[in-house]
Amino acid sequence: MPERYIARSTAIAARLLGGEMMVMSAVDSTFFTLNETATVIWQAADGHTPLSEIVANKICGEFDVDRERAQRGADHFVDELSQHGILLVSDQPLLNSSPPQENP
Amino acid sequence: MSASVILTAKHTVSVEIGGTTIALHTLDPSFRRAIENRYAGFLGSSADSHFAFDIDLCEPSESAPADDELHLQMEKGEWSLQRGNFRARWNPESRRGWIRQTYSSYAVDCVLRIVHTLLLARQGGFLVHAASAIRGGKAFLFAGVSGAGKTTISRLAPPDATLLTDEISYVRREGNQYLACGTPFAGELGRAGENVSAPLCGVFLLEKGLQNRIEPVGAAGAIQRLLRNILFFAEDPELVQLVFQSACEFVSLVPVRRLVFVPDPSVWEIIR
Repeated sequence: MPERYIARSTAIAARLLGGEMMVMSAVDSTFFTLNETATVIWQAADGHTPLSEIVANKICGEFDVDRERAQRGADHFVDELSQHGILLVSDQPLLNSSPPQENP
Repeated sequence: MSASVILTAKHTVSVEIGGTTIALHTLDPSFRRAIENRYAGFLGSSADSHFAFDIDLCEPSESAPADDELHLQMEKGEWSLQRGNFRARWNPESRRGWIRQTYSSYAVDCVLRIVHTLLLARQGGFLVHAASAIRGGKAFLFAGVSGAGKTTISRLAPPDATLLTDEISYVRREGNQYLACGTPFAGELGRAGENVSAPLCGVFLLEKGLQNRIEPVGAAGAIQRLLRNILFFAEDPELVQLVFQSACEFVSLVPVRRLVFVPDPSVWEIIR
């Protein structure tokens, strides 16, 4: 699979509350609660860092999981959120994306 | 050449909900009486009106296509509202609007709910599918979809409880607290709430069961359930974000718990 870059859509609302990241699409109001690893990917989705690097450094570096399994999980997560327009995915860096930031 | 002047009397009813007064102007005196009866207990002074609508009554076929789905969108600074039996426009800046509708208070009801929803979204509040009541100076919300028990819990309320609504609750933010306000929007109970308010001290997500008990709900679950019950009509991304933020803020300040209950007055013994 070619390298993938991910960035958060601007048409979402997100909030970290009680240790859980909640994300809602402002387009279709779909609501997601992210688990710990998904939250790490979400927070690292800056449009510039390849997904594989996020998995290697952030997921495998912080959680007890092998690289292949972590990559599969990350791909599935990215596919699902991108279908709802919550994550933007590209095979090139998303240059106009700003660093991820949750609402206060 | 002779000129004729026709004077037409305009009748006004001002409806005050949650501290916001909306004046409704109609040329039809009998329709004025109909809406006065519909909103008895929530009538305010037209001098205090924050917004005003002109109501133009028409025959059923003239109002709008027979489509029960609500269409709501912002066009050139005006909200455009359309549903089966009415069309309406509202300009938040000029604070004026009009409703073209059939002779029914349902359309007015619908417009009032939408306008309050849009106003509250910008103030950190919301309308929510929930019964609410005040007891001992504290307001409680009982949220749930149709059939969850909103009317049942309202019917079971003890005499010292003041019912705010059995169907749609009005939640207004004031600083770091929320107020629950009475609404004229009734469910199966068939009567409007009292036009009073009190600090909101808790939300109960209703669930019928075999015994009365209160269970904790995590923040994510609380927000998700709350969002499911909050009335929201616009597909405007900015407003959706505001409602989401309002729900998050609300859950961080007001306890949200699950209330499993049997349809018996004893349930009110554990509500505090």
